[in-house]
Amino acid sequence: MRLIGILILTMVFTFSTNQVSASPVDTYEFQDEVTKIRFQALSKELRCPKCQNQNLSGSNSPIAADLRRELYELLQQGKADIEIVNFMVDRYGEFVLYRPRVSQLTYVLWFGPAVLILFGIIIVIVIVRRKPVPKEALVLTKAQQEKLNSLTKNK
Amino acid sequence: MGKLIRFLPLILVIALGAVLYRGLSLNPQDMPSALVGKTMPAFKLQTLNNSDKIVTQADLLGDVVLINVWATWCPTCKYEHPYLVDIAKDAKVKLYGLNYKDDRVAAQQWLQHYEDPYVFSIFDDKGMLGLDLGVYGAPETFVIDHHGIIRKRFAGAIDTRVWRREFEPLIAQLIEEKKQGK
Repeated sequence: MRLIGILILTMVFTFSTNQVSASPVDTYEFQDEVTKIRFQALSKELRCPKCQNQNLSGSNSPIAADLRRELYELLQQGKADIEIVNFMVDRYGEFVLYRPRVSQLTYVLWFGPAVLILFGIIIVIVIVRRKPVPKEALVLTKAQQEKLNSLTKNK
Repeated sequence: MGKLIRFLPLILVIALGAVLYRGLSLNPQDMPSALVGKTMPAFKLQTLNNSDKIVTQADLLGDVVLINVWATWCPTCKYEHPYLVDIAKDAKVKLYGLNYKDDRVAAQQWLQHYEDPYVFSIFDDKGMLGLDLGVYGAPETFVIDHHGIIRKRFAGAIDTRVWRREFEPLIAQLIEEKKQGK
C-alpha cells in the first residue's frame, strides 16, 4: 500500500516537473489577474503555425514567441478575446484555432460524431425491438416433415 | 438487399482505406494562406540599403510582383538565392525582398556577397509586416497582382522545379489579366 502511495507521488512529481520545464518562460507583467488568465487561456487555444502540434504556450519556436508577444500587446491594448482571435485568423487562417469554428467546412467535424452515435442507437433499437419470429413459422411444412422422416428412416 | 448488407463492412473498410491512403501523400505543412485574395497589408518601412528611404505598399503597385521573405539566419534562403538571381534576370516579374527579422549589416553583406536580385528589400527587423502577412518562417514567397491583391503564397525554397510548377503558370495568367486590363 505504501509502495503504491510512493509510486503515485513520484508520478505526480515527475509529470508536474515536466510540465514546468516544457513550457518556455516569458516575463510578462499583467495589470490584473483576469488579463493574466485570459493570456494563458488564449495561448493555450491558439496553435503555433510553425510547429503544428503545439499551442502558443507550449512552443519554443521564434514565431510562437512573437505571437505570444503580439497576444500580450493586444491584451494590453484592451482588445476583446474575439478580436484577438480574429486578428490571428486573418493572418494565419482557421488553422491557428485548436477549436475550429462551426462552418460549412467543419459541420462533419462538429456534428459527425453525434450523427454516428444517433445512427448506432437507432440500429441497436431496431435490432432489440425486432419482433421474434412467430412459433407457427418454425413448424415444418408437410413436405419438409416428410423429407425429414425419409432421411431419418434410412439410418 | 441482404447480400449487399453483408458486403457493407468490406465496402466501408475499403473506402476508409482509400481516404487514409490519400492522406499519406498530403503535406500537412501545406497550409492555405489566409491572405490569398486579400490586398497587400499596409506598411511603412525603410529599405535595407537605405535607412532614409521609406517604402509603402503603394511602391509595389502596378505590376505583377513577387515578394520574397528572406533572412541571413535562414539556411534555406541561401539555397534559394541563386534561383532568385536567375528569376530576377527574367524581366517578366519584379522581385522585391522582405528582409525578415534580420541584422541590417549582415543582410547588406549577404547581398554584396551573393548578388542582389531584388529591386529593393524592405527592412522588417521587428517582423511587423511579416506578422501582417502571416509569415511563420523563411523563405516564403508571395505573388501579388497589378491591383495589389495577394494571389499566392508559397512557403519553402524556390528552385527551377518549384518555379516551373508553382509560379510560371500563375504569373503567365496574371500577366495576361493585366494585358486585358482586368
